[in-house]
Amino acid sequence: MFQMAEMLRIFAPYRGEAIVFPGHAGREWIHISTRPRRDVSLSPPPPMGGQAAFACGLALAQPGEKVVLFDSEGNLLMNLGILATIAQHAPKNLYHFMLDNECYATTGGQPVPNAKNIAYDVIARGAGYPRAFAFEKLEDFSANVASIMAQPGPVFVALKVVPEIDHKPVGQKGGWQKRTRAQILQELRAELGITAPSCTS
Amino acid sequence: MDQAMTQAPEGELDPEIVLAEMKKNGVTHVVYLPDSETNSLYRLMQAEPSLQVIPVSREGMAFSLATGLWVGGKTPMILIQNTGMMESGDSLRGWTMDLAIPVVMMVGYRGWTRHGVTRDSAAVFTERFLNAFGINYYLVETSSDAPRISTAFEEAARTHRPVAVLVGDEYHGFNG
Repeated sequence: MFQMAEMLRIFAPYRGEAIVFPGHAGREWIHISTRPRRDVSLSPPPPMGGQAAFACGLALAQPGEKVVLFDSEGNLLMNLGILATIAQHAPKNLYHFMLDNECYATTGGQPVPNAKNIAYDVIARGAGYPRAFAFEKLEDFSANVASIMAQPGPVFVALKVVPEIDHKPVGQKGGWQKRTRAQILQELRAELGITAPSCTS
Repeated sequence: MDQAMTQAPEGELDPEIVLAEMKKNGVTHVVYLPDSETNSLYRLMQAEPSLQVIPVSREGMAFSLATGLWVGGKTPMILIQNTGMMESGDSLRGWTMDLAIPVVMMVGYRGWTRHGVTRDSAAVFTERFLNAFGINYYLVETSSDAPRISTAFEEAARTHRPVAVLVGDEYHGFNG
């Protein structure tokens, strides 16, 4: 296992112009990213389970843009079937990283089902992803990230990260994101040359 | 294409007309989980080059996937059954409503009866569910109701909210 922030710092130089949907890593990524208008760092986060489907939709809509998702194992377990949908449409611009801390960190660290015994890369490959990896050591991730980002997607990358328990009442969560969700979506759409406004709050 | 498959009997909803409504409103992607009533529409969508049909394996995914498509500049439509819509409540809320996504969801109204006693709890709770979420909806039973689909698209675009079209008719008798 390794620290999420260390992994993100290793990833960052390979991001290029990619759109990044950092999920629960948003609170760390916001301090690392140099392209915030291309980050979908939504706080409060939208419902668990939909992150990979959102990234799939964005990748299919924008085939000329790389889309990087930092999913989590708790999210993915809620909707494993999305792996089959992604594999069927096989967006070459989708890079699906999954942070596996073996628990639900925002609710107190309770373990996810069968937390220590799931081979997510095997599941992704079985669902039809042409490439899937799993890394438990930061040095192995560091040695492979350039190659992963240089090749076409869809690719799945399971990463074992140290749990960072963030168990607070709902009203006390967040605060790291100063932009509203409306601003985030509007600025991303502007970056992509989409002129019709969004109007969420 | 088989003539028997493409022409609905009078008083029913012709899937060709539904497809025409999709094209008229610029739909680029249909995010979809099949039900028996929409099989003939599925065949038509698959054959339509301007549409990309994206299957999901659980309806809740349709809402986040459609959100991603819309953020990326496309015009998605969701095609699911009422049973799956009810399963998807939190995705409907947190993805499409909270993020103000103007999307039309076409919902097969399983159990709908116009005059008889509704015995299917899926139908009993469909409109109650939509009312609880404050989602406006339009009932489409026959081909003559199809313009309501355009009304739903116009309302979604104007309000930046999801709008439902309830399909109160099976595509029965001509879908192979």
